Amino acid sequence: MSGFDDPLADDVPDPVDRPARFSAGRESELVPQARLSGPMPWVIAIMVALTAIAAVTGLALRNIALAAAADLSGGVTVQVMEAPGEGRGHQVDAALDALRMAPGVTSVRQVPAQEIDRLLAPWLGGEGPDQGVAAADVVPVPALIDVKMGGAVSDAQVAALRARLAKAAPAARVDAQAHWLSPVFDAIDSLQWLAAAMVGLLGVAMCAAVLLAARSALGQHRNTIAIVHMLGGTDGQIARIFQHAIGMDAAAGAALGIAVAVAVVSVLGRKFAGLGAGLVAGGALGWVDWLLVALVPLVAVGLAVLTVRISVLKALGRML
Amino acid sequence: MTEPNGAIARFDNVGLRYGSEREVLSDIAFTLFAGRFYFLTGASGAGKSSLLRMLYLAQRPSRGMISLFGVDAVTLPRERLPGFRRRIGVVFQDVRLVPHLSAYDNVALPLRIAGVPEKEITRSVTDMLEWVGLEDRMQARPASLSGGEQQRVGIARAVIGRPELLVADEPTGNVDPDMAIKLLRLFEALNRLGTTVVVATHDMHLLQKVPDSLIMRLDRGKMSDPTGALRYPPRPMGGGM
Repeated sequence: MSGFDDPLADDVPDPVDRPARFSAGRESELVPQARLSGPMPWVIAIMVALTAIAAVTGLALRNIALAAAADLSGGVTVQVMEAPGEGRGHQVDAALDALRMAPGVTSVRQVPAQEIDRLLAPWLGGEGPDQGVAAADVVPVPALIDVKMGGAVSDAQVAALRARLAKAAPAARVDAQAHWLSPVFDAIDSLQWLAAAMVGLLGVAMCAAVLLAARSALGQHRNTIAIVHMLGGTDGQIARIFQHAIGMDAAAGAALGIAVAVAVVSVLGRKFAGLGAGLVAGGALGWVDWLLVALVPLVAVGLAVLTVRISVLKALGRML
Repeated sequence: MTEPNGAIARFDNVGLRYGSEREVLSDIAFTLFAGRFYFLTGASGAGKSSLLRMLYLAQRPSRGMISLFGVDAVTLPRERLPGFRRRIGVVFQDVRLVPHLSAYDNVALPLRIAGVPEKEITRSVTDMLEWVGLEDRMQARPASLSGGEQQRVGIARAVIGRPELLVADEPTGNVDPDMAIKLLRLFEALNRLGTTVVVATHDMHLLQKVPDSLIMRLDRGKMSDPTGALRYPPRPMGGGM
């Protein structure tokens, strides 16, 4: 052993009232990091992937609903249910005239027979040069008039149009386009709520998983905590040790989870795009939507850090 | 900070019980003066560790008054305890080093907790480990150190923050007699530098090795005063930290 000269040089600062932060962020050394070898990063990766996919689903459904609603809300379809012939032609003309005069109507267009044939072709056949006769020649198809109103169509407006057409075209049937799809909108609405509930539940499940991990880490490092505590470590310092450890695990897991989610969404997006259905096309995500999805891993890391901080501070509060 | 009479710690009518058991310490009353060297003796189970736990703020008493650095330690708010703990160096009976940190990092721990810049830490810790004769074992983990080496790391950690009060609980319990004497010389050296030292031991031979020391004896939870130091407190030593 060497001599007993004062090793405590005079210029060593008094540590009593220094800020409650470890020097140079050395708190990470106190809890050995088990990078990706423990369950925590994987649990968070799974949670983030599922949450991001649920969020994408919810946002896509919302976009579908909004696009469809915007498309259909001002639309009215008039069907002239008369057998093809001169009488039907008269009624269609009369209906067109009456509709053009009706208040609130911004445009009136008779849907051409070829367009009706094309719409019905997937169900009845007949499209294309080799597909035989037109659908309308096989089954009785009403004449269709597409009416656009200025703004959403109310039941009163539909009733007014019916009254106006009752004399001019008795065979006409008036329907607001939005009414046809109201069950679809209801279903989309329910799915949106389901997606939101899934996002919430996954968040709660992730917090619970982090809570268990924090308790386990607290138990595992009880002696280190007691030592730091007795050496004058504050609750905040000790909490930061665990925040750092769990935060790093959560960040690794969140990065992995969002990468998986983006891959899954890309594959599904291509599959749905291949359907070529107009309703599905309206579900494409905009940049704001992607920004919201990008927030999922950040919120996950924030929630994990906050959860571990609260649980560690609560546990430390029971110590002197 | 000490009291005007030079007292660094004062126990008045202190009692301690765990749960609903009978008191393990009763009617404890004594005063520790700045710059003195105290031995706390007594048989195993006499309550030495419990008394020391109250002294280094790991335990509040069940009754009585404890004044530490001139402040009522019994009612001291919990959030102020860390600041006071940094003024006390503790050598634990079981050393309590952080197992995955090197000797260097264990000694540096109190300074890092206190937020001392790393540059200052490097110099202080290196000097301190040289002082306790472990300059060639700085990067060794506790598991690869002998009992005596671990105890010296524990002592270095206890004094690196310039404590005003050093509390050592059976520091020589796990080392051979030669090492026990060496550790005692370390405490004496610290004491000469102004630190008030309290060493709990049941080894009566150690008491004779520090001639100027004052002895407090615990017997089944009661304090006795074999040197009269408690009844007739000596004049406080000059200096202090």
